[in-house]
Amino acid sequence: MKRDGDMTLSTPKIKSSGIIVEYDGKRALHGIDLDIYPNEVTALIGPSGCGKSTFLRCINRMNDVIDNCKVSGRLMIDDTDVYDPEIDVVELRARVGMVFQKPNPFPKSIYDNVAYGPRIHGLTENKDDMDRIVKKSLKRAGLWDEVRERLDDKALGLSGGQQQRLCIARAIAVNPEILLMDEPCSALDPIATSIIEELINELRERFTIVIVTHSMQQAARVSQKTGYFHLGNIIEYGETNDIFTRPKNEQTEAYISGRIG
Amino acid sequence: MELIGLMFLALIFLMPLGANIYGRTRIRKLMITSAQTQSEESVKQHSLTAFHGLFMSMCVLLPALVIILCWLAFAPMVISSLLVSEISRLTGETDPRLLSIFVSKLEALYEGVLKAEFVEPEVRQALGYYSALIARANIFLYVVAIFTAIAGFVISARQISPRFAARDKVEVIIKRLMQLASGVAILTTIGIILSLAFEASRFFDVVPISEFLFGTHWSPQIAIREGQAGGSGAFGAIPLFAGTLMITFIAMLLAVPIGLMSAVYLSEYASKRLRNIAKPAIELLAGIPTVVYGFFAALFVAPFLRNNGSVIGLELSSESALAAGLVMGIMIIPFISSLSDDVINSVPQNLRDGASALGATQAETITQVILPAALPGIVSAILLAISRAIGETMIVVMAAGVAANLTANPFESVTTVTVQIVMLLVGDQEFDSAKTLAAFALGLVLFFVTLMLNVLALYIVRKYKEQYD
Ligand SMILES: Nc1ncnc2c1ncn2[C@@H]1O[C@H](COP(=O)(O)OP(=O)(O)OP(=O)(O)O)[C@@H](O)[C@H]1O
Ligand SMILES: [Mg+2]
Repeated sequence: MKRDGDMTLSTPKIKSSGIIVEYDGKRALHGIDLDIYPNEVTALIGPSGCGKSTFLRCINRMNDVIDNCKVSGRLMIDDTDVYDPEIDVVELRARVGMVFQKPNPFPKSIYDNVAYGPRIHGLTENKDDMDRIVKKSLKRAGLWDEVRERLDDKALGLSGGQQQRLCIARAIAVNPEILLMDEPCSALDPIATSIIEELINELRERFTIVIVTHSMQQAARVSQKTGYFHLGNIIEYGETNDIFTRPKNEQTEAYISGRIG
Repeated sequence: MELIGLMFLALIFLMPLGANIYGRTRIRKLMITSAQTQSEESVKQHSLTAFHGLFMSMCVLLPALVIILCWLAFAPMVISSLLVSEISRLTGETDPRLLSIFVSKLEALYEGVLKAEFVEPEVRQALGYYSALIARANIFLYVVAIFTAIAGFVISARQISPRFAARDKVEVIIKRLMQLASGVAILTTIGIILSLAFEASRFFDVVPISEFLFGTHWSPQIAIREGQAGGSGAFGAIPLFAGTLMITFIAMLLAVPIGLMSAVYLSEYASKRLRNIAKPAIELLAGIPTVVYGFFAALFVAPFLRNNGSVIGLELSSESALAAGLVMGIMIIPFISSLSDDVINSVPQNLRDGASALGATQAETITQVILPAALPGIVSAILLAISRAIGETMIVVMAAGVAANLTANPFESVTTVTVQIVMLLVGDQEFDSAKTLAAFALGLVLFFVTLMLNVLALYIVRKYKEQYD
């Protein structure tokens, strides 16, 4: 928790200014200003439909694939303008990994799932390199010991919690700078959830993590910063401790104490 | 005749309807009386009123229907044996073959197909007996059926009471009806297989099975008169198998890439609007009668190929495997594209998201994630398309000819199994000549091959289908 409390000292990793998102001309986000700092976990909370996923998908331009979706505003990752028409989306997504709500391993072997990203980005020279990356990623995702004997088995044969850790391993195999997680534990049982929460804590050392969650406890446990979204606006953003102990905004207080949402 | 029609109508519609109304009325009345008599604690009705009505109409209709169906199945046998004995009494004839000819004549006479002057006087005498017999038989049938219906009515009416489980009974009856329906389908299939196998075995008594399967000469001409020259016929089916294979192969060569690519385009790239127009447009191809494809092949594609073939120095006959195969390929496209499109669409969206979030381009996502996930479904779509192509006849008759050449040259005329089945069976011939029986043997082979393809398709889908959820 070394950087707690000195928000101003480090420069933000992700800087969102006035991000507006429209689906079929209907606004889902009304201009989001948000600075996300490196090597921290930032939790986004808020009632259903308030635009948390939409915002998350702006960061790696996953909204591009939705036909009726239009994004405007400015979003910087370090010095890169994410919505610069010149930018290479493939490269951007190599820098920004994503883990989804439902585990979505490819119908391939465990090994090939993890190797998929490095392969399409041409990160390795030979098989040994690839083996090393796969092993390292699975280790970081805390899955190595469980699957080392059966790397060639189908990934869909793993349990839900293992599948989700595999998806995390798959995302970190391309060595991204940022990891986006959209309710990564909502399909998992408490034990698998706590394994993943521990994992998030460790991954923070290397990655900047943005996590959407519906669980207040989870946000409090894993994150350093918390942002509260409501109806497409960011209502309050700050240190997780502050948000949960002394929220400045009434709506935030109502939400975290369980009165809305 | 009119009387019988009315009786049938009554049996099928009026009596069940009446029973239904009666059942509902009765249960309502019973409820009212029970409410009056047991005022302190009223009896609860077990099943909804509608079920009591339904139960009664089923009890009226179904047994009577069964009787009519059984009659339809067995009456012809009974009637013709009665006729045989009557005719043999009139003519004094005992030879069963002659008697059966007389019976056929009598039936033809009754139906007005045969003029009276061509029929022996004894047979004409029997006509009166025959028409009386049929009239009596029909009346007898309806009397029995109506009595059954009445019995069903009485018996079921007795059962109606507030606690009677009409709903469960109806459920059981419906379940039985469903079983019966699937039983009919299965039995029909088995019947067809058995008759194919039986007739084919008679063919193999005449022509050895090894000659049929491995012989390379096919010319099923059989002597019309005994001792006619060159009339023995040759039944080596290899040229037919080869022709079928070649045409199917050419068709697949065209249909698989085009069908697959259009499926991928429609499901992954096309906008919703385009898809809504293009998909039905492609499926329209499947609705074109194959005869029309045949026209198209014979009058347009074949001449086109021949003219252009001569430009590049190829000798094409006017009927060629190539023309038939290409047109058949066009016919097959919608099968492959439509089935594959469904399969590709059922690959979960989150796999696409997962791949693109890793930085895969759309083409990479499709070739590396979506198609592998959809592959079992696509393979089975292709296998089904192949069995469709193998069974296709019309296009081949019109575009590839009927000559059984054994050739590997797609520019020559070839023929297929189905075409030869048609050729064997058209025209007048004895039903048990080797030529006719050969059709059954070919049919058996065809059936076996398509069965295997379908089994294989099912197996692949079962074995390799990923369980998402
Ligand atoms: N593909 C889409 N097409 C049209 N509208 C959409 C689409 N995706 C999201 N929306 C709308 O945008 C708004 C924000 O949705 P979003 O999925 O970001 O909410 P969320 O905060 O992630 O909710 P949840 O907690 O339920 O996941 C909602 O009103 C939703 O209806
Ligand atoms: Mg969401």
